[in-house]
This record gives sequence, C-alpha cells and structure tokens, in this order.
Amino acid sequence: MPKTIAEINERIKKGDAVVVTAEEIIDLVDKKGVAQVTRDVDVVTTATFGPMCSSGFYFNFGHSRPRIRAQKIWLNNIPAYGGLAAVDAYLGATELSEDDPTNTIYPGAFKYGGAHVIEDLVAGKDVRLKAISYGTDCYPKKEIETIINLNDMNEAVLFNPRNAYQNYNVGVNLSDKVIYTYMGVLQPRMGNANYSSAGQLSPLLNDPLYLTIGIGTRIFLGGGIGYVVWQGTQHNPCALRGENKVPKRGAGTLAVMGDLKQMSPNWLKGVSMTGYGVSMAVGIGIPIPILNEEICQFTAVRDEAIYAPVVDYSSTYPQREPDVLAEVNYSQLKKGSIVVNGKQIPTGGLSSYAKAREIAEILKEWIRKGDFLLTEKVASLPSVDSGISLKALKEKAL
Amino acid sequence: MKKRVVLTFPKESIEEPITYHLIRDYELMVNILSAKVSPNEEGKMVVEISGQKEMLHNGIDYLKKLGVTSEALAQDVIWDEQRCIHCTACIPLCPSHALSVDRSKMLVSFNSDRCIVCGLCLKACPYHAIEIRF
Repeated sequence: MPKTIAEINERIKKGDAVVVTAEEIIDLVDKKGVAQVTRDVDVVTTATFGPMCSSGFYFNFGHSRPRIRAQKIWLNNIPAYGGLAAVDAYLGATELSEDDPTNTIYPGAFKYGGAHVIEDLVAGKDVRLKAISYGTDCYPKKEIETIINLNDMNEAVLFNPRNAYQNYNVGVNLSDKVIYTYMGVLQPRMGNANYSSAGQLSPLLNDPLYLTIGIGTRIFLGGGIGYVVWQGTQHNPCALRGENKVPKRGAGTLAVMGDLKQMSPNWLKGVSMTGYGVSMAVGIGIPIPILNEEICQFTAVRDEAIYAPVVDYSSTYPQREPDVLAEVNYSQLKKGSIVVNGKQIPTGGLSSYAKAREIAEILKEWIRKGDFLLTEKVASLPSVDSGISLKALKEKAL
Repeated sequence: MKKRVVLTFPKESIEEPITYHLIRDYELMVNILSAKVSPNEEGKMVVEISGQKEMLHNGIDYLKKLGVTSEALAQDVIWDEQRCIHCTACIPLCPSHALSVDRSKMLVSFNSDRCIVCGLCLKACPYHAIEIRF
C-alpha cells in the first residue's frame, strides 16, 4: 500500500515517523528486503557538503537619510551586483575584490572573496558596506560607507543557481607540471585524483529520476531551512546513466534558496582554491519520503554502484574534449586509490563525507522531533524524458 | 636518541658542509627529509638526526656556533581541527602520511611526528586549516 507525504507528515507530528539516513537504508534493505523496508521506513535523509561555486545571497540593506540609489555596492571590499532596485544587491560567492592579485603571482592564494563575506556574516561579524551612485532627485546621496551586519539587513536570502550536482568528474593531470584547478591541486603524471561527491549519501544520487525532489521541496540549507526552487543551471538529466538509472556523468543540479539569517558558518564556508579562485562549501540535506518500493530501492544505492568519469584537467577539460580516461566507483574513491591506465593513483576528496554524514543525522533529528515537515513538490524537475541536451557556446563571427 | 628539526642557516653558512661534519665528527645519522639551499639566500633543511644523546647535543652546539638555528619540527606545522572540514584534498599530497584518514569515519587527523614540513598540503587546503610557521 503506497504511502503519501500527508500520511508521513502525520506520523512526524506525532513523533512516530521512522527516519534513517541514506547510509543506514543500505543495510536495512540488504537484511529485510525492499518490500519490508518500504513499509517500515518513512523518510531517508541525504546530504552533501562541498564547494558549490554557483552560490550567493541577495540582500536589502535599508535606506539611508538622505537616500542613495546604490548603483555599485561593496561588502568588505568585495563587489556586489547592484543592477536591481535601490539598496537591493546580490553578492556572488566567487566574487573577488578589484585589487585581488588573482593569478598575477601564480598560483594565486584567493584568500578572501564573496563566500568569505557570507561566512563572516553568518558568523555574526560586522562587515564594511560601501555604495556609490549617480544622484537623482529622489535619491540624492552619492556615496556611503558604513558598518553593517546580518541583523541590520531587512532581507538576506541565500540563492544558489547551481548546487547539489548529481555526480561529478574525477580530476587528474596527465601533463608534466602541477596544475591548479577548481578540482584542487593536481600533481603531474596522474600523481593524485580528486573527486567531489558524497556518493551514496548525495541527494540526487538517491533520487536519480527526481521522483520526490522537485520545486518546493523543503531542505536543510546551510544549517537553516531552505527550498528547492528550480532545476539548477546546467541541469542535464539526459546524461549517460547506468542500468540502475544512476548518472555516470555530471547530470542534474538544483537551484536552492533560504533565509541566510537562519544559517551557520559551520555549513557555509569560504573556499580558497589555490590558483583558481574562491568558492563556497554549502551544506545541503534533502529528505526523501519512502512512498513506494521504487523510491526505496533508489535510496539504497551504494558507493560501489555509483560511477564517475576520470577526466584530464591539463588538456581534455580546458579544451572541452569529450574524452574520459576511465570510470571508477565511489567505493574505490573513498578507500583512497583508483587505477587508471594501469597506474595506481591516490585519491583526495573535495566534498566532505564526514560532514555530509553529520548533516544527514541533523536532518534525521529535526524530522524525528517533529520540527521539520516534508513538502509535496509543486512541479517536477525535467527528467530523462525531457530531451534536454547541454548547449556549448558557438563563437559566431561578428 | 632521535630528533626531527628544522635547520635555518644564514646565507654565510651555506658553503659549510654541515651534514658531513655532523656525521664524521659527531657520529650522527643524518636523514635529510627536505632541503632548500641556494646561493645568497637563507637556507632551510628538515632533518632527522639520531645518535648518542651527548653527541647529539654537541652536534647541535656546533650548528649554533655556525649561526644555524634548529627548531623542533612539530611546532612548525599547525593543523586547525576547527577549520578542517575533513574533505581529504590534502591526503594524496602528503608524502609522509602525517595527514591521514580514518576510512570508516572519513575523518582527517594530523600526526606531527611524521610531518616533514614539505608544505604541499598548504596549497591543497581550501579552508586555511594548515599553517606553517617558520
């Protein structure tokens, strides 16, 4: 007898819901079988904590007297986008100050950027706000410099256009010199291999066809409550998949948002990728309601059954060539070494499995205590039948 | 007795064959873990020295007279457990396995006794969780 989200929410309110993590469900299904577990378990919690560049927050910092339109805005010297209404702005996680040396002294350190401002704000710190504008009759002020913190802002909303990537490349370097990439420091001649997914705990790998995760899904976001608001940018559901329907390449993505004022520096962290730039590690936890056996079976996916492509970041990736050196699974990646072209390579992660586990546990507790109810999606994300294919940019003659 | 130390030499002492003297005159076993010695610059060498206790002290005194300072290795590398998110990006780069992972918990830990202060982890850590203080 299939369950409904309304029924599960009734059990959550009474404190009777059975909630397990996406790791715990694996052994349960092994021992009891999918039919029994579907009856027994109400919710599976999934999670991930890794660098997600396409993140940022929009905010309204209130009107000064006299008023300023705030055409250009900086927080701690990091530019925020002001092409919105007066005193609204968006600060991107990867933004750098105009005087950041970037890679002029190679490899650049990228010590402080938009993500670090966000981390400082959620840590309760004051930041410097600067804004300039042309004067108008209704907004005469042309410049302002002051101190502001998260509580002073009217709204502060994390809005991330591309998070929670459903699978990702494993980066290696085939060249003879060290390279500095968004996949970390890659040593020459495949000296290391870096991956970035929580694998069997990762949200979209546990709901590969987006049966329950959709627009309107309530989630754990940066330590607070957020929502899935759209498919993310570069959402590519038609990517290569295995027989278990799990993508073997980067595939789906999520756009998420939530109240920054609820969030914590434990779960939003500035990232400095040497030689590459700034990013932000974002903690995301997504509950999956076990409505039927198919959904249950999907959440029982294990690392051994999730494959990722090994890609050369010295040439193949920058030149947008399609070549994949090998496919490896997350069990191998997490054990610490993989074999590519006969060579054993030590692996490093960018996404923290330990922290993903912590988030899955926190979300489990929230649901068990009745603090967090599940939502019904209001629309589905485009899936394998959408016909979506990722477009590359063709440069046209002017 | 065994000691792991960072030797810092002023540029005037670069020409001095100090490892030779430590070995021959003080009967010490000198294992060079990393070294950066170039003309007209301050030199750095990370060594593991072992031998008789008295000889070891005498050897270090000999270095002092040359203006070569020695510091215990462990004080130089700081791993900030609070900043570490246990991503494991540093793990494949650490040649001496000073940084390692408990694979069942997927938690990173740092064993300063094994650290040779090569500095490879510094650039690999996106969270400024590792610092080297010379």
